This record gives sequence, structure tokens and C-alpha cells, in this order.
Amino acid sequence: MTDAMTDTLLNADVGGPAQPLVIARDLIKHFPLKSKLPWQRGGEVRAVDGVSFEVRKGETLGVVGESGCGKSTTARLLMQLIEQNRGELIFDALGVGSAQLPMKRYRSQVQMVFQDSYSSLNPRLTIEESIAFTARVHGISASEATARARALLDRVGLEPTRFAGRYPHELSGGQRQRVNIARALVLRPRLVILDEAVSALDKSVEAQVLNLLLDLKAEFDLTYVFISHDLNVIRYLCDRVMVMYLGKVVEVGDTETLYANPSHPYTRALLASMPAMDPDHRTLVAPLAGDPPNPINPPSGCSFHPRCAMAEDVCSRRAPVLSDALAGHPVACLMANAGGGHSRQMPAAASPLAATI
Amino acid sequence: MVSVRDLRVTFSGGGKTIRAVNGVSLEVAPGEALALIGESGSGKSVTLRALMRLHPPRRTRMEGEIRIDGADVTALDSRGLARLRGGTVAMVFQEPLLALDPVYTVGQQIIECIRTHARVSAAEARQRALRALEAVRIPSPERRLAAYPHEMSGGMRQRAMIALALSANPKVLLADEPTTALDATVQIQVLILLRELQRELGLSIVFVTHDIGAAVEIAERVAVMYGGRIVEEGPIRTILRAARHPYTMALLQSRQHGMDRGQRLQTIAGSPPDLSALPPGCSFAPRCPQARAQCLEAVPQSVALGGGHRVSCVLATEPVAIAQAVA
Repeated sequence: MTDAMTDTLLNADVGGPAQPLVIARDLIKHFPLKSKLPWQRGGEVRAVDGVSFEVRKGETLGVVGESGCGKSTTARLLMQLIEQNRGELIFDALGVGSAQLPMKRYRSQVQMVFQDSYSSLNPRLTIEESIAFTARVHGISASEATARARALLDRVGLEPTRFAGRYPHELSGGQRQRVNIARALVLRPRLVILDEAVSALDKSVEAQVLNLLLDLKAEFDLTYVFISHDLNVIRYLCDRVMVMYLGKVVEVGDTETLYANPSHPYTRALLASMPAMDPDHRTLVAPLAGDPPNPINPPSGCSFHPRCAMAEDVCSRRAPVLSDALAGHPVACLMANAGGGHSRQMPAAASPLAATI
Repeated sequence: MVSVRDLRVTFSGGGKTIRAVNGVSLEVAPGEALALIGESGSGKSVTLRALMRLHPPRRTRMEGEIRIDGADVTALDSRGLARLRGGTVAMVFQEPLLALDPVYTVGQQIIECIRTHARVSAAEARQRALRALEAVRIPSPERRLAAYPHEMSGGMRQRAMIALALSANPKVLLADEPTTALDATVQIQVLILLRELQRELGLSIVFVTHDIGAAVEIAERVAVMYGGRIVEEGPIRTILRAARHPYTMALLQSRQHGMDRGQRLQTIAGSPPDLSALPPGCSFAPRCPQARAQCLEAVPQSVALGGGHRVSCVLATEPVAIAQAVA
């Protein structure tokens, strides 16, 4: 199967192992809002507001955040389903959309699995046709595409003789999500974006799909960007985690470091909001009050300051930058910014907020 | 306060008969919080809705006994049912935007509920509505009375729905996945609020969820449902630490909580049962790693293990301790 998959499309490594697979630089996506009166200028939703990150080869990068934080918009920008207003994407040392890496070529290397397994499949195609269609679009012959579809169905645990001719409505949610995963792999991509791909599944089915994702990653040498609001799943699956709040990255770090020693006040509150799983130590006080604010009119300065226990005057005036003060663990907080003007400073090792939250 | 005996709910339509609930018995004491846990199709929401008789009467057959605060719910006429709904029992739904009426303000909806159940003046009802919003810790409640549901954020809407549910002073609150659609930081706020209200008002709560974490935050007792039956029930500590039913154990192990990265998760093979063609025996038997011949023949009896812990499994009566402690 591996030989057959590599001959028509060569999704080969270009930049070597040290080159990050994806570098996103200062991505900005604002959606305009309709104005109430034709001569007025409408507002805009600042869905993604200056996001920079890299995805290393072979890793699983987790993206967490609450609704409206821009994690799905970031995924769609990464897949180039929507175009950014500003910023650039570099895939394995080549600019996305440049002459060396035209869009179609890029899309064969990056695939996406969505949350809603039903609406991601064409209801009028059998699942085998759905998977083969993706390959046909990229110029693979019909017989080869069908062969790939069957091999992948078998690989994701859906026996082709029983399932290939079925339509999406004849499958359960877990089975449909397996089809979507198989379809994402038919072009032998290098990066798979999983946007809440297991969130709609029941716990027991979710565990089956997570196991499958781990197996496939090793077998096909994949890199994952895994978007979820479920902090337990993120911790289980991801090597590094990026935390987003209102269209900005507030903290990035190794999963273990970030869960053991979260530095940004928002990350701390988010982790503390996880149910305790211990009836003798229930959560007594909610770590944060109120809802995440609306990205239409984000607060001035640091967008987290109205909900932050550490906020000072300066936080409403000055926006923090994602600094690398805490070696390899960037945090966007004035307490971590040198000369940020905040009365507290975040030391590199200890957690200064442990006593207060 | 709530007493259900051998409840069976069947839906017919489209030539199929769906046996959604197959003999559920449960008791909720005054001031107690019970969590009903299960996956989709386990019958947990159907059980909850049956308590208020919310299923369409033409296509639903309900058997068994439901008593709430002494009243026989299955025998109530439409007037008695109207008094029960909102007055004695109230429900909070998963999606407040769908459950609240979009064309009336939150205040109008709460006032309507208060005046349906108590003979009070409009001004007095407004005062009570204001107090209801204060009780659920909505900031600037005076202003929120005049707000439409779409003008509020998700967490605020869920608080408003809780205020609406509690406005006529019910004794029992039924909550159908009230925090599932909320963000993590808001979910914990609503869970803590429900817990505090339960303590302050002495409410009995039946809390339906698929999230064991949420159940731990709110309930003293848990009932695990599968295939329309309660397979195990007991105090939350017992269920977490000494579950005996293979399904409960598998459910606890399939969580990623406390698992090492990359370590394979324990999974339950197969998929949930088809409710239109349930097997004659234990509905979990086709997926159970420890199933034997007798499991396929008859539904296992519920066995009391002491301390309010009950299990419906043939293995529970055997002397060999099969229970594995799940931390």
C-alpha cells in the first residue's frame, strides 16, 4: 500500500528534520460585520488577531481555548479554506501559494477532519466514493483511487466488503468519523488538522478513535494539529499546547510543563476549571467569573484584563507580547514581558501566582 | 421526593418500536442530588422527560409508576400536569437558546411562570422575578429583566433558564445536560451555582450528564444507564473507587484523565445497542469482555451490595472480587 501511495504524489520532506513543518507569521483574519445603515461602516469580528506559531515535524500540537477564541479560524487559515487579511504561512521552507508550492500542491499535503462527521460527507456518495473522490481530484486514476479507498477503510477498522457501499446515514457517528479520517489520509498528507474531531463522540467511542489516531500517526509519519476544548484529551494526545484567548496566543509550551506550571493567568484559570474527579475535593470557587468577551469589541490593552485577578491599570493600556522570557515557554502577559510595567514579575522557574489563585 | 418503579417507555412510529427505557427504578430523597450517567441512547434523557410527561402522548407508551412529592404523575389530568410542571418539578435544558422563547424578554417569561403558579399582582411578580435573577448571581439583574435571550451570553442564558425554572419554587429540579454546551470556565460556574442553590433551597436534583467530571462536582449519588436500564447505582465515591459493573469500569477507564501520553486507552469494543432490537439478556453482554452464556438468556437482577450500592450483573453475586479500584 505504501508504494502505491507514494508514486503519483510525492509529498516528500524538503527542509530536513530541523525545519518546522509549518511556520505561521502574524496571521490576521477579521470578518466584516454588516452595518445597520448603508452609509455607516460596520464593525468587524477580530477572529484571529496576530497569531504566530510553528508546528514541528512529527509532533502533535494542541490548540485549546473557549468559544470565540479563534481556534477554528486558525485551523481554517492553516488549511487555507479562508484567506488571511495579513500574515504568511510557510510550509516546510516553502511559502504557501508561491510558485514552488501552489495551492493545490499544498492542499494535497494538508488535510482536515471536522467535528460534524455527518455534514462533512456527501450524503449522495457511498463512503468508498467519498474517499476515492478526494484522490480523483488530485489526478489519481479511478482504479487506483478505489484501491486506496478500500485499503484505508480496512485500516481504520471498517471492513470494505461490509462498509464500502454504505451511505453516511447508515453509519454511526464513530464510524463516520473513521471515514473522515480515512479520507483525510488518501493523499498521503504530512499534516492533518483535527478540528474538534472527537468532541461529538461518546466517551467509549472517543477512546477508540483516539487510539486509531495514535496508530495512524506512527504508521503514516504524520504531524497533527489537534484542536479541542477538552483539556483531558489535549493532555493525553499532544506534545505541545497552544492556548488561545480572543484571537491571540497567550501561552505555548510542552504539555507537561504547561499543565504542571501554567504561567498565564488565563491558562491557570482554564486548567483550574476542569472538574476535579474527586468528590472529597470539589471545586469551591469558580476560577473565573463571567463569560469570554465578544471578539467584536475586544477589551483594550491585554484582552484578558477584565477577568484577570492580577490585572493592574497598565494592563488596560498596554498589550502584552508573546515573550520568550521563560525559556521555550512563551507567555503573553505583562508580568512576563521585560519592562512590561506590571508591579509583579514572573520568575522563570517558580510560579508566582500559585498562592493567589 | 421522586420515586420511580419499573418505568418503561416505548416509542412507536415508522414501523419500528423503540424501547428507550426498560424497567428503571430510582428514588431521590428530599434535598438529594442524583446524577444519571450514560452515553447517547442510554435512555437517560428519556427517563428524565418521562418524569414530567414531556413525551408526545400519541406515540409514547409509558408503563410503571412515577410518584413525585406524593402525586401519581402517570395518572394526572392536564390541569394537574400543568400544576406539576414548573410548580413542583422544573426542568433545565442543554440549549437555553432553544428552550427560551426568543420573542419575549427574560423578565416576561419569568413573570408569566410566577403568575401561572401563584395569584400575585404584576408588580409583586416582577419583584419575585428580580429576586430570582439575583439568586442565580446575574450581574445588574434589573437591566437583564428587559433583555431578550439572544442579547445574553451563553452562561448568562443558562443562569436565566435556571432562574426561570426556580421562579415558582419547585421542590425538584431536573437538569438535562445543563453545562454540556458551555465553555470550561463557565461550566464550573454553573455547576457551583446549582450546588449552592440545592443547598440553600433544599432542592432535589436529577442531573443527566455524559460527563463523569460534572457529576462528581454536583451529585452525591450516581446511577449509570445502559440500553435503557440502570446497570449500577451508588454513592459517587463507591462508583469512582469500587465500581462492579463491567460497563461502569470500562466507562471510567476510557477517560483520558490521569493517563500517560501515548499510552493506549482502554476501549469498549463494538457500539451501543440498537434500541429497536434489544437482546433478550443483559444489553451490555454483546460488548462485555466477561460475558457468559447466562448473560444472553435473561436480564440480570439488581443486587444490593450494601451502602446503597446496587449492581445488575451476574458477576456481582459471585464471591470472587472482580472489582478493580479505579482511582
